[in-house]
This record gives sequence, structure tokens and C-alpha cells, in this order.
Amino acid sequence: MTKLQATQNYRDRVHVWGRVSLALALIMFISYPLVLCIHFDAWPGWWPVFKGLLGVAPIYWTVGVIEALTFGPMLGSGGAYLGFVTGNLTAMKVPAAIRAQQVSKTEANTPEGEVIATIAIAISSIVTTLILLIGMLLLTQLQPVLESPLLAPAFDNILPALFGGLGVVFIAKAWKIALAPIAIMLAVFLLFPQLAGAVSVLVPVSALITLGFSRILYKKGYLD
Amino acid sequence: MDFNVNHPLFFALAGLVIIFVLGQSIFFLIKAYQEARRLGLASKVLRKVMAGSAIFSVAPAVAILLGLVTLSKFLGLPLPWMRLSVLGALTYELPAATSAAKAMDIPLNQTVTDPQVYATITWVMTLGILSGILVILFFQKKMEQGLDKVKNKDQKWSQIMMDSLFLGMIAAFMGMVFSDIRSGLVGWIPVFVMAFSALVMMVIGLMVKKLKWTWLENYAMPLSMLSAMAFAIPLTSWITGNH
Repeated sequence: MTKLQATQNYRDRVHVWGRVSLALALIMFISYPLVLCIHFDAWPGWWPVFKGLLGVAPIYWTVGVIEALTFGPMLGSGGAYLGFVTGNLTAMKVPAAIRAQQVSKTEANTPEGEVIATIAIAISSIVTTLILLIGMLLLTQLQPVLESPLLAPAFDNILPALFGGLGVVFIAKAWKIALAPIAIMLAVFLLFPQLAGAVSVLVPVSALITLGFSRILYKKGYLD
Repeated sequence: MDFNVNHPLFFALAGLVIIFVLGQSIFFLIKAYQEARRLGLASKVLRKVMAGSAIFSVAPAVAILLGLVTLSKFLGLPLPWMRLSVLGALTYELPAATSAAKAMDIPLNQTVTDPQVYATITWVMTLGILSGILVILFFQKKMEQGLDKVKNKDQKWSQIMMDSLFLGMIAAFMGMVFSDIRSGLVGWIPVFVMAFSALVMMVIGLMVKKLKWTWLENYAMPLSMLSAMAFAIPLTSWITGNH
């Protein structure tokens, strides 16, 4: 088998593993409320569930679809199958994958970059699971520390702290691509500060704007 | 046994889901590691990537733990434990739970005692977030094929395209950091924190380049993130005047 065939072979198998595990995960997620309803004979009825969903589904289903369309290509298949089951994409899995690719000098959308992203996301998921497990077991001891007013500003600022460093890495890598979207997003949030709560909707919008600008720059030969 | 939000059955169900997802992560880790070796990536590099990823993940994971504490007062431990270990993020789970509670006129500041209410909230949280998974389940392969096509046609554009996607995401979050600045100096706190993180990253970058401290590169992100989070503590107390 040639190297190229072996790579293709791995990529094909990732889809099989990914789809099977995703389908199983879906069944397990749904089994939680299902078993609960059967065991306690407590069926909520369609109306309350529908009313509750009405408050979240229109936004989160849309966000979910666009997140999948944006992060799917970024993470590569292995990372996407794993990342979408384990969640926490923007604040954790995607930055973890970017960081790992940068450290290992690999690029997204290459076989090497893809396996590196998968490894980073897998490790990230395992660490989260372990920390939550330990945290839950020691909740009474940890709760006063975690909720202390002293630490609150640190946790309130986790996203700026993450995106400052990440921004430097990417702006250094491709500053010509970075200029337009940063200026536009800055203007958007200064003019409409209330959009801060809808940042997940703006991620794909910003990605599309960036793609458009880079396409123009590329066609005009500014990115050579 | 009567219903309560910390019923052993819920711990068992949540535990099962978490073990499954943990198994999935380990399986993908092993397979990707083997493939990386076959592609010629040195095991030293892979070990470095794994150690760095683990350290990087600690701070966001502790922030998630904080979310567990918040939700557990209302929903007990097992449900938030499962939701936040897999699938969800607090930015989703909290609004979902709130929306379900509002639909039934239930207060959010006391533990749920009615199984029917708990079931409603659980269904809303479960069904409200499935769309992303379904898209990946059915369309990831298609998306990969599409990307391959672009790559075969124009290798350079394919790379610019990936950089653009990442930068688009980063730009959105960097813009968001400025959304509060009109509320005065307090609104600038996130901006200063982001600038501090950027500064630390630049200093580390210089040290890696000039002093050849390449080992530091692997810890650049966790270091810039944690130091900026720590910086936020005295900064906030200084700006808000709570000494």
C-alpha cells in the first residue's frame, strides 16, 4: 500500500468510527431524559417542552448548524467527530487544536495537521472530564474557592485572556488577512454592544467576511 | 426511592454517558497517534503536543467546573455534570435551563423537586443542542470532500482559506472584548486583560526566537492565558476601587 493510499484509508475509517460513535452518543444523550421519564413515570407533555425549546432552539439550532459548517473544516474530520460530542468548542477545543498545530508546525487541512488536531481535542476532552470528576467529588471543599469574589475577575475574563494570546499568534502569521475582519468586528461591537451575547452567531459572519477579503487580496496578488 | 435531583439513577446514567465519551476520546487519541507516527511525526513532537494540550485545557476546564457549581444548585449534580463533561458549554446550558424554567414559571434559585419539571428541563437541554451533531454526523464527509477539491485545485488558496476561517473566529471574539467600553473604565477591563495576554505572548515569542528557548513555545498559550487571568484580579480591584 502506498503512503497516499494508507492516508486515505485512515481518513475513510475516521468517518466510520466517527459516525458510529456519534450515533451511539446521540442515543445515550437521549436515553438520559427517556429513562428518567420511564422510571419516574413523569412525562412532561409536548407543550412545556415545545415552549421551553422555543426559547432556545431557534438560536441554538442555527448556531449549531453554522458552528458545524465553520468548525468542521477547521478541526478536520477526526477532531470534528470528537469535538462536537464533547462540546465547549470556541473556548477550548478549537483553540487547543490551533495551539497544537502551531507548536507542531503543521497546518489545518493537511493529514498531519488533522491528526494533531484530533490528538489535541482528545487530550482536552480527557482533561476536562477528569477535572469535572475530581471537582464534583470535592465540590464541598472547592465551592468556596471557586466562588470566592477574589477569583471572580479571573474567570470573568477567561475569553479575553485566551484570545489575546491566540490573536497574536494568528496576526503574526497572516496580518494581511487579519486587518479587515478585526476592524469590521471592532466597529460592529462598538456600534452594537448588545451583540456581545450573540458572539457565536457572529463567528461565521466574521469568517465569511474574512474569506471574502482574503479572496480579493489573493486574486490581486497581495498574499504572495 | 422518591424523586430527587441527585437520585443514584441519574448518577449512573450520567456516569455511563461520560465513560462512553471518555472511551471515544481515548480511542480517537490512540488511532490518531498511530496515524501521526505513520505519517512520520516524531513521538517527541507528539508527546510535546499532548503535554501542552493537557496544560492548556486546565484553565478552561476549571471555568467549566464553575458552571457545574452554578447549575448544580438548581438541577442537582448529575445532569450538569453530564451536560458539561460532554456536548454542552455553560453558554448554552444556562440559557436552555432558564428558558425551560421560564416556560413553566419555575424559579431558578431553588432546587427542582418535581420530576415532571426536571424531565421537561432535561428534554429541552437535550433537544436544544442537537443540530451541530446532526450536521457533523451527516455532512462532515461531504465537507471534507469539498475541502479536498479546493485543495487539489489551488493548494495556496486552501491554506489561506483555513487561516481566514481561524482569523474570522478570532476577530469576532476580539471585537466582542470591546463591546463594553462605553460603560467607562470598568468596561475596559477585558480590553486590558486581552492586551496583557497579547503582550505576554509577544514576550514569549521573542524569548523563543532570540534566546532559542524553544521548549517555552509549548507553554506559550497557557502562560499568556493564566497570567492575563491573574492580572485581571488586581486590575479589577484597582479599577472598581475595592482594595
